[in-house]
Amino acid sequence: MDKIKVAIIGPGNIGSDLMYKIMRSKYMEMALMVGIKESEGTKRAEGLGIPVTINGIQDLLGHKDIKIVFEATSAAAHAANAPLLHEAGMFAIDLTPAAVGPYMVPVVNLDKLLQMDTDNINLVTCGGQATIPLVYAVTRVAGGEYGEIVSCISSKSAGVGTRANIDEFTETTAKAIEVVGGADRGKAIIILNPAEPPLMMTNTVYVKIKDKNCEFKKIEDSVLDIVSQVQKYVPGYKLKVPPILDGDKVTVSVEVEGQGDFLPKYSGNLDIINAAAVQAGDRIAARMLGKGE
Amino acid sequence: MGKRIYVADTTLRDGSHSIAHTYSIEQVKRIGQALDEAGVDLIEISHGDGIAGSSYNYGFQKTDEYELYSAAASVVKNAKLGILLLPGIGTIEDLKKAAACGVNAVRVATHITEADISAQHIKFAKSINMFVTGFLMLAHMSTPEAISEQAKLMESYGADYINIADSAGHMLPEQVAAVIKAVKAAVAIPVGFHAHNNLGLATGNTLAAIDAGATWVDGTIGGLGAGAGNTQTEVLAAVLSLRGYETNLNLYKLLDLDEQEVEPLKNHPQVIDSTSLMLGYAGVYSSFLLHVKRAAEKFKQDPRDILVELGRRGMIGGQEDMIIDVAYQLSKK
Repeated sequence: MDKIKVAIIGPGNIGSDLMYKIMRSKYMEMALMVGIKESEGTKRAEGLGIPVTINGIQDLLGHKDIKIVFEATSAAAHAANAPLLHEAGMFAIDLTPAAVGPYMVPVVNLDKLLQMDTDNINLVTCGGQATIPLVYAVTRVAGGEYGEIVSCISSKSAGVGTRANIDEFTETTAKAIEVVGGADRGKAIIILNPAEPPLMMTNTVYVKIKDKNCEFKKIEDSVLDIVSQVQKYVPGYKLKVPPILDGDKVTVSVEVEGQGDFLPKYSGNLDIINAAAVQAGDRIAARMLGKGE
Repeated sequence: MGKRIYVADTTLRDGSHSIAHTYSIEQVKRIGQALDEAGVDLIEISHGDGIAGSSYNYGFQKTDEYELYSAAASVVKNAKLGILLLPGIGTIEDLKKAAACGVNAVRVATHITEADISAQHIKFAKSINMFVTGFLMLAHMSTPEAISEQAKLMESYGADYINIADSAGHMLPEQVAAVIKAVKAAVAIPVGFHAHNNLGLATGNTLAAIDAGATWVDGTIGGLGAGAGNTQTEVLAAVLSLRGYETNLNLYKLLDLDEQEVEPLKNHPQVIDSTSLMLGYAGVYSSFLLHVKRAAEKFKQDPRDILVELGRRGMIGGQEDMIIDVAYQLSKK
């Protein structure tokens, strides 16, 4: 056995993009696409020779050889599925806002979470994946009294779920700025911009630092280090405005261009959350295989 | 008497932009009470960017917003007391807290093409018996047909009226008329209009909206507001009276309020200066004005260049962070 078998629940746009990313993985093998009815997504998977079920999670639970499951459905669906996956001994990587397990941002806390006894991790939000690394980059050297992020995504890349539950984005991201980003208080703002052609995802992070004596060079270096770490799994993650210090406020902006696996390149928001999920999946799979990465 | 026109005064919300969100409890009480006594139908209060707008991105509020809502609620007896809520900034949890302070109306605002992000907020507000406005911003960036579809969505969520905002003060009277006419034909609920004066057309555009079927109009005392400011509520009182429309407005009380309370608040002339004119000309969100001036100074750029680039990039309401990006990129050229 040289690859860990994995499944995706939810053959929509996110699930399809995830599938292409997993197909490139060294440690994971796309063993099952799980839907609840025949759809473009299930046909797409079939076309690529991937086993498909349209009978939902019950079929998945019968596949004892599947060890990791990516949940790309809705918060309600994952809340219902999580205990079943746990019982079946499957590790859940949750891309919904359900947050059954702890928030995970690869460059901040993946190592720590892997040492913990958890088999369910949550991907926060797309905006969280793009901004929390930067919040953390600042707070780890200068502390953070307050962290605020503004994410702007193209209207076309915001799915029905995001649109119908936009408060989930602001509330979840704000909480993760605190829990993962290390700021005492967090605030998140999201803007949907309809410009044509669609704009790349842009993100601005503001942090009110605690240590006013912190050498600015340390903050700059920390940010550059984190940006290069994120670039390892999201090549289109670009620093747009390098850190600016204004009193005790640090401002930094990044742009996220997607890899265009299945979704268009302007959907950097969807690319980064999927890339983060696959990054985590690879690490978990490598560990199961007894390989350090 | 002519038809009844309802007036929403947003001195305590849009006006907040002009004074960098520094309203105090005492100012809110005095202005709120005077507006109520002067007969406006809806008094809007909040950070300029709506509830929970207090931030690095839009500027921090000097006084806790919920204390301001409670202060306003303690003096407003007749008018509806409303806040603005932009989904993506404010949430239902924030709205619940405002309702607990005595706020009984909300205007849920989205970009002109993004009405569907307001569904949960409008439905929730109706479920607690609030008076709810579906508020569509930056109307110049879309077409009458497409705007009508967005208005219908907000109507379907339960909005009590639809307000169309020329947030950039970019529209000409005939364009305003075309949009209002189309929306009026598409929905069964009343339609309103919110103007900015960047091209000197705020009052004229408001009249064009009324002629096209609008029955709710926005104003601020002394025109206090983002960019070159809004339609002046006291001017509306005079003009609507000359037109023979029915309102509850008392012109003298509005004039007194302006002289005694609002004029002394102004820390810069509320006029069409070159930057606000350029906002209107380039079609950029009016609340960018003071942020652009600050960024221009910090990065030593011409504010007009920043505005033109923001317009070229298609930036919309709420994207104040991109002002820094544009100024930074221009400074590197």
